[in-house]
Amino acid sequence: MLLRHTPKEITERTALTINPAKTCQPIGAMYAALGIHGCLPHSHGSQGCCAYHRSALTRHYKEPVSASTSSFTEGASVFGGQANMLQAINNIFTVYNPEVIAIHTTCLSETIGDDLPQIKKKAVAEGKVPEGRYLISASTPSYAGSHVTGFSNMVKAMAGMAEPTGKKNGKVNIIPGWVEPADMEEIKRITAMIGVKTILFPDTSGVLNGPLSGEYKMFPEGGTTVAELQSSGDSKGTLALGEWCSADAARELDKQHKVPCSVLDMPFGLKATDRFIDALRTIAGVSIPEEIAHERGQLVDMISDMHQYLYGKKVALVGDPDQLIAMTEFLVSMDMKPIHIVTGTPGKKFEKRIKEITKDMGCEVNVKAQGDMFLFHQWIKNEPVDLIIGNTYCKYIARDEDIPYVRWGFPILDRQGHQYFPTVGYKGGIRLLEKILGVLLDRKDRDDTESKFELVL
Amino acid sequence: MATATKKKLVQWGPAEVKSALLEKYPPKVARKRAKQIMINEAQQSETPELTANVRTIPGIITMRGCTYAGCKSVIMGPTRDIVNLVHGPIGCSFYAWLTRRNQTDPGPDGENYMNYCFSTDMQEQDIIFGGEKKLAQAIQEAYDLFHPKSIAVFATCPVGLIGDDIHTVSKNMKEKFGDCNVYAFSCEGYKGVSQSAGHHIANNQVFRHLVGLNDEVKPGKYKINLLGEYNIGGDGFEIDRIFKKCGITCISTFSGNSTYDQFASSHTADLNAVMCHRSINYVADMMETKYGIPWVKVNFIGAKATAKSLRKIAGYFGEKELIDRVEKVIAEEMPEVEAALAEITPRTEGKTAMMFVGGSRAHHYKELFDELKMKTISAGYEFGHQDDYEGRQVLPNIQVDADSRNIEEIEVSADETRFKPRKSEKEMEALEKAGYKFKHYDGLAADMDKGTLIIDDLNQYEAEKLVELMKPDIFCAGVKEKYSIQKLGVPMKQLHSYDSGGPYAGFQGAVNFYKEIDRLVNSKVWSFMKAPWQKNPELSASYVWE
Repeated sequence: MLLRHTPKEITERTALTINPAKTCQPIGAMYAALGIHGCLPHSHGSQGCCAYHRSALTRHYKEPVSASTSSFTEGASVFGGQANMLQAINNIFTVYNPEVIAIHTTCLSETIGDDLPQIKKKAVAEGKVPEGRYLISASTPSYAGSHVTGFSNMVKAMAGMAEPTGKKNGKVNIIPGWVEPADMEEIKRITAMIGVKTILFPDTSGVLNGPLSGEYKMFPEGGTTVAELQSSGDSKGTLALGEWCSADAARELDKQHKVPCSVLDMPFGLKATDRFIDALRTIAGVSIPEEIAHERGQLVDMISDMHQYLYGKKVALVGDPDQLIAMTEFLVSMDMKPIHIVTGTPGKKFEKRIKEITKDMGCEVNVKAQGDMFLFHQWIKNEPVDLIIGNTYCKYIARDEDIPYVRWGFPILDRQGHQYFPTVGYKGGIRLLEKILGVLLDRKDRDDTESKFELVL
Repeated sequence: MATATKKKLVQWGPAEVKSALLEKYPPKVARKRAKQIMINEAQQSETPELTANVRTIPGIITMRGCTYAGCKSVIMGPTRDIVNLVHGPIGCSFYAWLTRRNQTDPGPDGENYMNYCFSTDMQEQDIIFGGEKKLAQAIQEAYDLFHPKSIAVFATCPVGLIGDDIHTVSKNMKEKFGDCNVYAFSCEGYKGVSQSAGHHIANNQVFRHLVGLNDEVKPGKYKINLLGEYNIGGDGFEIDRIFKKCGITCISTFSGNSTYDQFASSHTADLNAVMCHRSINYVADMMETKYGIPWVKVNFIGAKATAKSLRKIAGYFGEKELIDRVEKVIAEEMPEVEAALAEITPRTEGKTAMMFVGGSRAHHYKELFDELKMKTISAGYEFGHQDDYEGRQVLPNIQVDADSRNIEEIEVSADETRFKPRKSEKEMEALEKAGYKFKHYDGLAADMDKGTLIIDDLNQYEAEKLVELMKPDIFCAGVKEKYSIQKLGVPMKQLHSYDSGGPYAGFQGAVNFYKEIDRLVNSKVWSFMKAPWQKNPELSASYVWE
């Protein structure tokens, strides 16, 4: 047994987190910043933060992740990191010459109280920022929120680049949230099919799912351009996908530049995608083409074809709030029973949303924000499930408890495909369903007796 | 087999490469980096030529990590029956959770916390009001849940800044429990200049709180400790297999697949064999002073190096029984190694490698490339010190700077009851006279060819430039470097955690490595970089079906 010391009996813990279901803010800020074209994320802290975030993102995406650090030493931690930051800015523009440096803080620089806006001003005043180059920054203390909060904070800083001209650009801003590069690509495909012009930010497609061609580009083709971010203040509206990941940035654009916004769930599964498409239709004033209805119909068709294998199946899921809300709704819509749901990210609103979504399920649901995977595992021990959905760390639970398991979320360190095949939209729903059915039916084939073993399922 | 960068001639001389690496830097950066890039003279000197173990320049994308990583992840990470509790915001513990590929065999007692991740998950109010209470409570909860023999506490950056006294909290909890050893590591990420400071801090506390606690004499005739072996990809398992076959008893490994009791009993061994000189030489020195255990440098990476190291251990004990048995084992193991080499070297001979990894690994793995008849054209360490490059004879001449001075040096003296010279002075002299070297390490430079480039703390820009200019057939570093190098069409092998696979230590490990390098440098995939229409963009006169 890999997690042999996890007891079934649940005791209250007030101070000890075991097997976290979250990580810290700066990695989210780094991921978001990679979705700006020509951007170098910069970690204002000691070297280890940057090294750990780059390693974690690299292991998940199997792609180069460039980011720099202020390399704090003991001296910088005592006297403040301004000198390190200014030196870093100068070196970065000289050696790597990005269009944007997106700086995020760490628990170290936050604890000593470094003032990034002031340091940025000083850098500009000292001529360290060349013409046409930009510094943006987000405060991302590791001791508050989670990686999701850090992502949201950096996206908000991106919204801060908006420079309205007063002339509307006829576009819709879409803030996709922390989804895979493939998901961002899929959102662009869907909006192009509908004929809506969009500014999608951040956009890591073409950055973290690049080709192997014998060339290395530190700043690949993909990413939202500075011009697009500046223009986002002229858009006719913003669709923020996910309250936790995207809403703050959308509200910022609304507050600063009167760009109206709607906050939607992330478009995972049937109903959330329905709402997304319908919102696009309304905000852009277009009619939805038949191809989209066709894709939707295919997803509905697949659910009805295979409903017998889904109906009543109990599911445990762990991950990030926006993803879990949409996934829970998707599972419920297929008459499955998501009964244990944990996110490490804080937020009572999360528990409330999940309870609403599952209220007619007719069974007890365990849900926890700011929970951990130790508790998640204990819940599973107390009430076993037919399926686990979560990141790679779930494989230890899935193996110990012998439960079918679908990898979905962050990080995925041991399987491929998440960068290339989307799970948003109707097509993405079909892929999620394929994955769920795959593991459930593999299990059935494994466990059925020889006399019950069937060719046609 | 074709590779995409098939220009075999290295047209650039080392001096030209060096200046090309420096040309884009601001003058101050260029001056500093120039001292960390050395054209190897392949001669031993008393004063260090190369600057190492100095600060990384802010903004220059480095391979390095932090002190916490060196302490918690590297040294204490592979200990299976100690609850390693990180005091800090969640990230530090999360990132060190199972990512280093240390393998473990929980053994008959089954105690294994390696798959768990423990943290106090400090929140804003802990930063403002202090986190000591939360830490004490977390230690209590860990104790109540698991009743481990030992709980180790690790500081992260904010802990040092807000002044949480983790040592007192640990001491109090230890006294409260009575049957659980609790101690702490002040390994805040901002200390030192790299992971290396964390190794030192870990060595100090392991020595202070664990070593020497259990005097029970374990059975075995030839008893050693293996220091600086972390069982990545199962390296330690292969070395253990060989030791067993030779009749050598490994009392403890620091710290691959290790247990609390191994550390506690380590002072009962008669020889310390040091693998990773950088990360563990401190403990070797301290154990010699306190308990009288001599240490020698060994290397089990490379079949020849393994044989040499086994002979070194046998030579120390000096008994014919062991010497003969070691020779017999080598004779038994080598045919498979030689058969693999005979099959593979025709495909690897003459190819070139670059290695920028660790504080000893770049040196160790050169052995394996040598065996494959591949040439290491440039190498360096991520966090090595000058003695790792140029040998321990430069130690007295290393300038101690502010960053190193901040790392504690423990004053050690001989233990009143436990100090026991393992050999008489006469025996030691005789061994030394016969060419046996204690506390000796020549470093990487001595093994590198003249005119090769030795580069300390290589960064992303320089790595890319080096590959572009010198076109190696394989590049070795860590996961962060992996994909930018491979995008250039050059295979990259991770030598921290190996990506996948292993073991690469010992005899069977050497065979695994030969196969792995053969696979990498001769993979068909490197010939697929360009599509047919990209290779021949001109439109031909006619379509094929016309």
